[in-house]
This record gives sequence, C-alpha cells and structure tokens, in this order.
Amino acid sequence: MSLRSETGPYFGDFGGRFVPEPLIAALDELTEAWELAKADPEFLAELDELNRNYIGRPSLITEVPRFAEHAGGARIILKREDLNHTGSHKINNVLGQAILTKRIGKTRIIAETGAGQHGVATATAAALFGMECVIYMGEVDTERQALNVARMRLLGAEVVSVKTGSRTLKDANNDALRDWVTNVETTNYIFGTVAGPHPFPSLVRDLQKIIGEEARQQVLDLTGKLPDAVAACVGGGSNAIGIFHAFLDDSAVGLYGFEAAGDGADTPRHAATITKGRPGVLHGARSMLLQDEDGQTIESHSISAGLDYPGVGPEHSWLASIGRASYRPITDAQAMDAFRLLSRTEGIIPAIESSHALAGALELGKELGPDAVILVNLSGRGDKDMETAGRYFHLIDENAVQS
Amino acid sequence: MSAHHSATTASPVEAAIAATKTSGAGALIGYLPVGFPDLQTSIDAAIALAENGVDVIELGLPYSDPVMDGPVIQEATEVARAAGFRLRDGFTAVRAITERTDVPIVLMTYWNPVMQYGVERFADDLVAAGGAGLITPDLIPDEAAEWLAASERTGLDRVFLAAPTSSDERLRQAVEVCRGFVYAVSTMGITGARQDVDSAARTLVARLRDAGATSACVGLGISTAEQVAEVLEYADGAIVGSALVKALADGGVSGVARVAAALAEGTRRTK
Ligand SMILES: Cc1ncc(COP(=O)(O)O)c(C=O)c1O
Repeated sequence: MSLRSETGPYFGDFGGRFVPEPLIAALDELTEAWELAKADPEFLAELDELNRNYIGRPSLITEVPRFAEHAGGARIILKREDLNHTGSHKINNVLGQAILTKRIGKTRIIAETGAGQHGVATATAAALFGMECVIYMGEVDTERQALNVARMRLLGAEVVSVKTGSRTLKDANNDALRDWVTNVETTNYIFGTVAGPHPFPSLVRDLQKIIGEEARQQVLDLTGKLPDAVAACVGGGSNAIGIFHAFLDDSAVGLYGFEAAGDGADTPRHAATITKGRPGVLHGARSMLLQDEDGQTIESHSISAGLDYPGVGPEHSWLASIGRASYRPITDAQAMDAFRLLSRTEGIIPAIESSHALAGALELGKELGPDAVILVNLSGRGDKDMETAGRYFHLIDENAVQS
Repeated sequence: MSAHHSATTASPVEAAIAATKTSGAGALIGYLPVGFPDLQTSIDAAIALAENGVDVIELGLPYSDPVMDGPVIQEATEVARAAGFRLRDGFTAVRAITERTDVPIVLMTYWNPVMQYGVERFADDLVAAGGAGLITPDLIPDEAAEWLAASERTGLDRVFLAAPTSSDERLRQAVEVCRGFVYAVSTMGITGARQDVDSAARTLVARLRDAGATSACVGLGISTAEQVAEVLEYADGAIVGSALVKALADGGVSGVARVAAALAEGTRRTK
C-alpha cells in the first residue's frame, strides 16, 4: 500500500484528537471543509494562482558545489523555499488555510509562532485577505526574533507575548488554543506545522507536499535520477514532511530528518524529540514527546526558535516507527558552522532552522560518498537570524571582522 | 451504568449530588489543585471545603500544559510544580482527605500524566487511595477506550465534558459514557471568574436533559452564591474553581473556608 495515502486521524499508533470537547465542532468543521476544498477545482485554482503570483512558486532548486566540497564530494541540491515571499516554506500552508477560513465564513485568524516565520506568513495572509489577526509568541522568542515581531505588527497583526511556562513555542501554542476555545465562533486557528489534533497534521502536510512534488521532478530533470537522500530540519515537521511526502514510496530514496540537539542530545538542553523522547500527548496529538516520568512536558532548548519545541508531528513518529525515515540530532554548534559555511561558499544565508538540515547533509555526504545526490530542503532564509548570528560570531562589535 | 441510570448507579458522586436535591437546591462542587501552595495546605484546604458546604471535591493535578485553564489556575499549578509536585502526591492527598471526610473526591487531570503512569495502574492506585473517579478535560470519549475499560473494571466515575458547540449526537454519547455527572461547559472559554454565567449553559443543560442526563453539573466562570443559585435552577450541580483558588491564594485555609461557606448559601432552596 502507498505510504502517501494516509489521511489521519491516526498514523499507526500516533495522532488523534486529544483536545477539550468545546473544540471538536471546529475540528469537525475544518476536517469537512478540507475534504471538500481539496477536491474542488475552484479552491485549487485559487491556491495555484497565489502559489504562482504571490509566493513565487515553483521555487528553484540550486546545486551548491562549493558547499558540497565539505560533504565528501557528494552532489548537494537545495530546494529554495527561502526564496518564497515572506522567506520560508510557512507561507505555503498559510495561504491554503486562509482560503479555507474564508470558505467556512470566519473573519478572525490566530496562530502560534516560534521563529516568527509562521506568524509573519499568517499576518501576511491576514493583510492580503482583510482578516483580523492575533499571533501568540513566547516572550523568549519575541526577544530573539524581534525583527519578525516588527514585521507582524507592520502587517497589522496583534502580537501577544506569552509569559507562561518556558515562554517559547509550546506555551504560545497553549495560549492560541485557549483563545480558540473562547472565540471559536468567529475565529480559525491557522496551525503552523504538522502537529496538533486531526485534521492539522494531514491538512498542513497536504499544503506543504508541493515542496517535494516540485523538487522530485526538478531533481529528475537535472540529474536524470532520483536523489539518494532527502534531508530536512524537523521542528514540528512541516517542511520535512513537505519534502519527504513525494518520495515516501520511492524506497531507494533515504529520508533524513534533523532535529535540534541544542548543547547535545545527551545533555539536558536539546529539542531532539524523536531521538530522545517517548510517546505521549501534547497539543492534541499522541506523538513522540520530551517529557519526565510523570508525563510533564520538558522544556526544549535550541539556538533556533523554530525548532525549539518538545513535540513533533505524528506522521514523523510513525515514519520513524516503521523505519521509513531516520531522525538524527544536530547541535547548535554544528548548525551554526553550516550556517556560516553556506553563506561563505555559496552566498546564501540560510535560516538557522534550515542550517540543521545543511549540517546533516554534510554528515550524510561523508557517509554516502561522492556518487551520492542529496536533496536538502532550504526551508527559510537567515535574515531574521542576523542578530543571533551576530552575537554568536561576534559580528556586531565595533572592531568586528569576518567571523 | 451511566449518568442517565441514577436509580441503579453505585456512583458515590452521583449519589452525593442526588442527595443535595432533597436537602437543598443542588450540589456545590469545589475545585482546588493538589500541592498549592504546598501539599499539606492543599489537603487542609480541601477538607475545609468539605466542612463548609462543598458536596463533591474536585482535585486538580498540576500539569505543564493546561490548555483549559485560565490565569488563576495556571499560576497556582505553576507554583505547585515549582515546589516539586509529583503525580503520586495526588494519591497522597486523596488518601489524607478521605480519612477526614466522607465527601467524595474526583481528580481533574489532563490525559498525558495518566497515560504515562499507566491507565490501569492509575485506576488501581486511585481506588486504593479512596478516590471516586476522574474528570478528563482533554480526553474525549472517542479517544478513551483504555480509560472506559479501566473505569468499567474498577467502578471509578468518569466525567467527560459537554459543550454548547457539541452536536446532539455527541451530547448523547457524553451522557451515555459519563458516570457521576456530565460536565457542562457553561460558556465557550477556559476557567476563570466571569460577570455573567452564559445563558448558553441553560440551553446546554436542557439539551443534555433531552439526551437523557439525570446528573449534569455546570462549570466555568461561576464565582458567587447568586451564580450558584442561578445555575441550580436548571442544573444538578455548580462547579467553582478559580474563585476558590484565588481565595486560598489570598486568604489561606481560613479564607477558602469562608468563600466556600458563602458559595454554599447558593445551594439553599429558596422557593
Ligand atoms: C525556516 C524554518 N524552517 C523550519 C521551521 C520548523 O518548522 P517545521 O518543522 O514545521 O518545518 C521553521 C519554524 O519556524 C522555520 O521558520
């Protein structure tokens, strides 16, 4: 059977709807609306038009030979989601859900955001569609991604700085869910990744799978064959499932997700959910989870706000459990080295999130050898990360030189 | 057995609620989190509830991601967790409280802690401690097969939520599977005191009655004796949380005792 035909609510033992009853009607409504929309030529035409003329799809692929010299000589090809309008893959999902919001007659949209890319994409869609928009963002993240907070406000969104718990993405998620429970009559929750209760894991996946569908054909056209490996970073897992999905039934293509290992997967400070977690429930789905013995969620840590999440989407937990995809940890230091290396060798400044996939590709290239072709999802650009990088590499002092 | 078979039920919670309707207007159900501000004080405070007119005690287990809770309960449970709350403290508290009062106790817990503890083991330990059942805010009956089986085996009560947005079919399902009572969510929202308890609650309880409910309690936003009395005009019980937690935070055990006694005024039959 095709691995591409899973629609939820369950992916193997993972998924489901572990949410308060007041949200069930809204989830049912979204599930039904999505079933109708994805088979409706009018919806598909509207989305296609926005993909082409607003996002700039199809996104390019770019081969990066100077970078690949550091990867055992394997060929490395980047899928350029960083070139999308608003700077990451997040916009693919948001525009689809914004059209869906319009179809179910709601006028207010809310979202959680970590790095701010999903928040910026949602604020952008709200401006484009004339909707009211509230973005929940952990206080820690509003500080490390201050530029994105300014972008969201400029676009007309209200940004709520969340001060509970670890003050990062998971707590922003909690507050967005609380808002949704309270305002569900007028409000649609535009979920930013392939986690959460059904239908979000399959809905967001369906809107992101265009990445892999384009890239599969683009790599075939360029090289005459499928890649040997596909690499992506994994926070909640939307860019990874987006590029993996088209390849799920190509059993010769290795699929590799790279999780944020922070200070190291064997230290207490990391976000390597599949590597180090065990099954549990968070934010509406049963999936792998960083948690203590009592089932209390453990705070995650990563230099990258977009990967700083103790959970992961259920489809990834399933793909890991059946061995179809492998998940590996990448530390802050490895990611920042790859961040600088791509900037220096290719003139492309990647998002720190995406730099985890790049660091993973450097490892994979050395393992697979010079004949291998590795497709990497460059999920976003690094403009938003310049303050973090500036501090990390001491670029902003008065006497700073090249790092 | 379920919330619509009161004549045959062995549920101590349903019996306690039913008894209040002969002596008064209905039941007062009081919520406090275990371990706030510390374990012993939370035990003393729960006993103070029982001694001041609360008919069923709802003990919350502090959890890292309480999506149904407003700021007052979030803050209290964060204090409890920072002070080292462990899941086993829940059983310690139930045991200590049942030693000193006959008022039945249900635990209110998000689902992941139960899942990690082991559903069967959790049920056995709750029975052993003298607890009556569970309220599960983020577990819907559709996902609850393991808990339905464990509660069937042990006879524990199981309280699921019903919401103004729930379909008639889902309300029937809630009435069918709930035992003890059905938790009618008064308004769309999270826990926390409100000026008006929504008229949506009255409509929801009427719909639950149509679905066969004989034991339906209303929660979220109730903070005064007047609101308790108003809710008991149509429901079997009124659930108060944030107002009690705030009273405990501000005035300690004697403070929460005073507020409980004042709320209990709302359960007196007036007509
Ligand atoms: C550029 C970029 N890549 C990746 C992620 C991680 O999310 P996901 O795992 O859903 O792709 C984010 C999240 O903010 C991001 O901004």
